[in-house]
Amino acid sequence: MSNIHVTERRTFLKKATLALALTLGMGTGLLSTSAYAEIGKPEKADLKLGFIKLTDMAPLAIAYEKGFFEDEGLFVKLEAQANWKVLLDGVVDGQLDGAHMLAGQPLAATIGFGTKADIITPFSMDLNGNGITVSNAVWEKMKPHVEMKDGKPVHPIKAEALKPVIEEYKKGGKPFNLGMVFPVSTHNYELRYWLAAGGINPGTYAPAKDDIKGQIGADVMISVTPPPQMPATMEAGTIDGYCVGEPWNQQAVAKGIGVPVITDYEIWKNNPEKVFGITKAFAEKNPNTTARLVKALIRAAYWLDENNNANRKEAVEILSKPEYVGADKVVLANSMTGTFEYEKGDKRDVPDFNVFFRHNATYPYYSDAVWYLTQMRRWGQIGEPKDDKWFDETAKQVYRPDIFKTAAEALIAEGKLKKEDFPDFGAESGYKPATSDFIDGTSYDGTKPNEYIEQFKIGLKKDEKV
Amino acid sequence: MNSKQLFQTFAAPFLGILLFLAIWQVGAPKIVTSLGAVPGPVQVFEQFTGLVDEHRAARQKEVEFYQRQEERNATALAEDPNAEISVRPYTGKATFFDQIVTSIVTVMTGFVLAGFIAIPLGIVAGLSQTVYAALNPLIQLFKPVSPLAWLPIVTMIVSAVYVSDDPTFDKSFINSALTVLLCCLWPTIINTTVGVANISKDLQNVSKVLRLSWWTHVRKIVLPSAIPMIFTGLRLSLGIAWMVLIAAEMLAQNPGLGKFVWDEFQNGSSNSLGRIMVAVIVIGLIGFALDRGMLLLQRQVSWDKNAALR
Repeated sequence: MSNIHVTERRTFLKKATLALALTLGMGTGLLSTSAYAEIGKPEKADLKLGFIKLTDMAPLAIAYEKGFFEDEGLFVKLEAQANWKVLLDGVVDGQLDGAHMLAGQPLAATIGFGTKADIITPFSMDLNGNGITVSNAVWEKMKPHVEMKDGKPVHPIKAEALKPVIEEYKKGGKPFNLGMVFPVSTHNYELRYWLAAGGINPGTYAPAKDDIKGQIGADVMISVTPPPQMPATMEAGTIDGYCVGEPWNQQAVAKGIGVPVITDYEIWKNNPEKVFGITKAFAEKNPNTTARLVKALIRAAYWLDENNNANRKEAVEILSKPEYVGADKVVLANSMTGTFEYEKGDKRDVPDFNVFFRHNATYPYYSDAVWYLTQMRRWGQIGEPKDDKWFDETAKQVYRPDIFKTAAEALIAEGKLKKEDFPDFGAESGYKPATSDFIDGTSYDGTKPNEYIEQFKIGLKKDEKV
Repeated sequence: MNSKQLFQTFAAPFLGILLFLAIWQVGAPKIVTSLGAVPGPVQVFEQFTGLVDEHRAARQKEVEFYQRQEERNATALAEDPNAEISVRPYTGKATFFDQIVTSIVTVMTGFVLAGFIAIPLGIVAGLSQTVYAALNPLIQLFKPVSPLAWLPIVTMIVSAVYVSDDPTFDKSFINSALTVLLCCLWPTIINTTVGVANISKDLQNVSKVLRLSWWTHVRKIVLPSAIPMIFTGLRLSLGIAWMVLIAAEMLAQNPGLGKFVWDEFQNGSSNSLGRIMVAVIVIGLIGFALDRGMLLLQRQVSWDKNAALR
């Protein structure tokens, strides 16, 4: 599976960048091991990194527990944060040196939606790992509209099945409330994507008019709840469903309070998820520390996927410690070991539910950044029309494959990882080939963001202003 | 001590606690939450021993951490005798007992700072009607403000003002301590003011007749007679300080017992509820101990050793 993916990309890139890729690519490819300069001593050895209690913080916990940070001469303290806002503020004002972040956070901070700050991403933490869960009551009402086979629902379940439920709520004069974790979270975009693909309008933002609720013209009311509180908030009846990362979907199943209806893997196959974020100032002041941090994280991600997920059981053991995620092992193991339990007892194989290394998961692709920006534009968080060049430039301001490359080359030179484990740095443009692995079959090409936005029925069009 | 007194001092409290534990043990399993039944005292005690074990394990890890560093440094020195080596502090997680120490240090810092501001301010306001008139509206305005409202303001200001490459104190520590200070100033100021303003006319006349200087008047007349009221204020302040600190730690995720409680709430594992209860009991016990400590201090400094203290 992964080999096909890589070859596809290689051929595409060779075609696209033609002679330039060949000459430059081969040149640097040959030079990269011999001309690699050793990374010097870390400028700052004592670091504090923040995270949210979610399974996708795993690379941080593994890099700590397996001594990868120490191998780099870094003494890292990991600190759980209450919610994404507290975490972001911590990084911006320097209480944290870096953090496990939502991919949208560094981008939104750079363009000034919400908190304004220069944050960069030299390392992408994982692919997939989220799900959308609805309460038992909503699921009972959805079920008659879901296609069944052998007494079990056929997946992926589309939002069309939810539409009649929302209409029923509307008729009864009741709002249909949904939770996501942060305005610029993957979860917000995934939830909106799924809803819109099923003909439900999730509403738009209008920052120019000081509307940061995102409920203009909405059929459903989407609001913010911190990840670990999702199940409790739904149990209390404040929200009727939510989109969140693991283990908080499986927790709902374990507690018997809700049913995950779809995973983000089914919304967009191998979608980019969390990133590692640091301020631009930190990276400029501490280039060696930054490269060493990325080295440790790459090793951790590799360890997590090594030998066909052989280490995942041990990873679950580590994550279940109260200082990391702290949830019960059975709940964590569900998604971490390649399965996912939908309705209670309906456990299915989703081998790529959490990807940490394969499919070049750790490489910070510009096209991933551009996708997030298209969603910010689609839902009005970016109020003004922007040309394609702007998307590319913004992505390059935030996503830093150059730092990743320095770290990866050092690991290759040390013999810890192989050249084949990484994209071909010489030929890599940072843009993944166009894909239509989405639930609605739309085709996404990172180099043509405006063309992409134009395809959607629901959401702002490329020239619309808010 | 007659038998009735004996019963009241020893047997009655014991019976009260026993009755409480019995009701808890019987009632708890009947409430079933999504994380399982509410733990009774026996299960909570088990969680406590679990926390002790965890603390021991963490200390073991710390020893190993330093050993690894020594080994690394030794290899570095063997390769290059001039290599710069350093020993870094342990980076592991703070255990339950570490969090207790952090909370106590933070609360005492905020409280002592508040005392240094509140007592002199209260004395001045008690002695001068004008100062009192000027201060009173501010006191009335700020006294009811919740710590949850102070916290964002304090956090923003500290972030902006306390900028240093190598800070002596963590920002989180300063945030917590300042929030505590702002919330626990008021009872001491008010009680000191009232205590000072109500010094008996006789004593005041004596001071006038002897023509005591202002400073001597404060030292010999004002302080001794206002001490009981000042201490009442301090005890109220300390109680508030402790409650505020836990809330601030929970909200801002600043290290301490509050963070421990919130982390456990977020963990949502089958042990979480029991561990939170351990923390609640410990918070109560520490609050109680702090109050008793103040009472002992008051006995030490009080001029009137026979006054009834409760």
